[in-house]
Amino acid sequence: MVRAKEPRPQVSAAAKLHRLMYRDMLRSRELSDRMFALNRQGRAAFAVTGQGHEAAQVGSAYAIKRGIDWVLPYYRDVGVMIALGMSPHEILLGLFAKADDPSSGGRQMPCHWSWPEARVVTRSSVIAANLPHAAGIAYASKLRGLKEVSIAYFGEGATSEGDFHEAVNFAAIHKLPVVFFCENNGYAISESQEKQMSVLHVADRAKGYDIDGQTVDGNDIVAVHQTAQWSIDECRRGRGPKLIEAKTYRLVPHTSSDDDRRYRTRAELDEWIKRDPIDRFRRRLLEEGTLTEDDDREWRADAKREVAEAVASAEQAPDPAPEDALRHVFGTQETA
Amino acid sequence: MAETTYIDAIRDALLEEMERLPTMIVLGEDIQEGGVFRVTDGMLDRFGPGRVLDTPLAESSIVGVSIGMATNGCVPVAEMQFADFAFPAFNQIISEAAKWRYRSNNGWGCPIVVRAPSGGGIRGALYHSQSIEAMLAHVPGLKVVAPATPYDAKGLLKAAIRDPDPVIYLEQKRAYRLLKGDVPAGDFTVSIGEAALRREGDDLTVISYGMTAYECLAAADELAADGISATVLDLRTLAPLDRDAILDAAKRTGKVLIVHEDNLTGGIGGEVAAIIAEHAFDFLDAPIRRLAGLDVPSMPYSAVMEAYFMPSREKIVTAMRELAAY
Repeated sequence: MVRAKEPRPQVSAAAKLHRLMYRDMLRSRELSDRMFALNRQGRAAFAVTGQGHEAAQVGSAYAIKRGIDWVLPYYRDVGVMIALGMSPHEILLGLFAKADDPSSGGRQMPCHWSWPEARVVTRSSVIAANLPHAAGIAYASKLRGLKEVSIAYFGEGATSEGDFHEAVNFAAIHKLPVVFFCENNGYAISESQEKQMSVLHVADRAKGYDIDGQTVDGNDIVAVHQTAQWSIDECRRGRGPKLIEAKTYRLVPHTSSDDDRRYRTRAELDEWIKRDPIDRFRRRLLEEGTLTEDDDREWRADAKREVAEAVASAEQAPDPAPEDALRHVFGTQETA
Repeated sequence: MAETTYIDAIRDALLEEMERLPTMIVLGEDIQEGGVFRVTDGMLDRFGPGRVLDTPLAESSIVGVSIGMATNGCVPVAEMQFADFAFPAFNQIISEAAKWRYRSNNGWGCPIVVRAPSGGGIRGALYHSQSIEAMLAHVPGLKVVAPATPYDAKGLLKAAIRDPDPVIYLEQKRAYRLLKGDVPAGDFTVSIGEAALRREGDDLTVISYGMTAYECLAAADELAADGISATVLDLRTLAPLDRDAILDAAKRTGKVLIVHEDNLTGGIGGEVAAIIAEHAFDFLDAPIRRLAGLDVPSMPYSAVMEAYFMPSREKIVTAMRELAAY
């Protein structure tokens, strides 16, 4: 955790972390904008992204012990995957449904993550269905005495699903090391939060399970990171589960197939553009002297170049063979 | 070999596998108490509450947490208290478990077993009697088994536990204490995907599975006294079907009766009939006949209506006689 007025070496560690997080926010935004543009250009059938969620996604992901902790992101979590180290090239292989798409080999819609090497667990499009998986993984961690934490991501709409309740209830009963991380952007496609719940804050639901619930400003990456780090550390010490609600806003339609003008005013969107988490972090880092204008220009150019190169390489990568559709219905080895 | 009941065979398989696999977990509602049918009787004392896990009354998460457990190196065997209560877990079974390997391009596997006491004839009424196999056998990515003997009950459960993919294990609740048979004490498996030829005869072929396979064998015994000899094929595995065994059995007599307690429309019998019609049409001497549960929403509670629903031994005998005479 970052505290005020820490001695120099720790301040510099925090500065280093903040610079890394800021770069990944830029990379995530550039890639996400590009994926939407590729859809509009007719080069990608579909795009789903989370511009506006970068602080929530990157900030929380930087608290994860990669390869040790289990990660169950949802389809908006481009920033989580960038922070975990999936490259724009790899993510774009998924956008273009190429054979080497690490998530699914071109089977799933884009951004339906699976990445065994980073313990990112496969998920469907069915909202909240992955939350019991996180609870089950964490149960196994506890039973086997492993100091692993699971973190599951979802939107506020997911908290209406029975699987949300069943998963949090199960995790609470067994005091499992799970962080339930809600990216509350106020809309489940077109339905505003008032249509999903009568409580003001998703974190209020934690009381019903006698677990710790916190609401955090999801556009403040330092606050998100601190909350996620504390929650993951608590879980690792056997004091889980935790429910985090990061309040944020998506600055784009739900997906490339959605028109958010039907349900949101431009005035509301403009208000949130003013609170863009990347601009906000940029101002802070400049003020603190952690970042220079030159760094910023250079990193933005780097991100553009990296994504442009990734588009070129991924778009030309080989498609799956049609008959690959027949593969991997079943495994071949006995497992137990 | 000892005479073992069907339910004891299931318990023996669980006990032996629990001993063998330190990360195996049995979970479900009332499991620690032994379960409503007492399948898991005595397991809590031997293996403790961590591995013999009472879950909240929430079927979706029983399967959902099982998927998570399997993902993190455990071997979960989930119990649906009745097959009828598996419906709240269908999303986890169909959208998640069945597609886990496929959608991750073989990145992840989903070695879970879902046990579900299936079938009626026990005054279980609409919600303690249903057969759910056809709905699940329809879903690629799932394996579905329905043992008809104590031997298969043990061998198929062990095979299911060792299988790399999700297996729906439909134990026949009417068989629990009714069926007894020889079951070896030690370790053995029955391969998933292999049917069993229970009886060989020349006049007609009966194809069934689960509890009705037992009834079909009894019916065949009855007809043998009248000089009608029947081949009886027990499918054992409903997904994937043993096509070779089905075709061999059909070709042998040219007359096929398919029997199941699940209702007729969209049932396993339709698929078996289609396989035969496509690949053994020239061998047929009579139209393929199906005898199944009624096409009504579920099995009524009233004893007379329940009996009317069931493809009873009497109805099987009648259908076999008619087909033999065709």
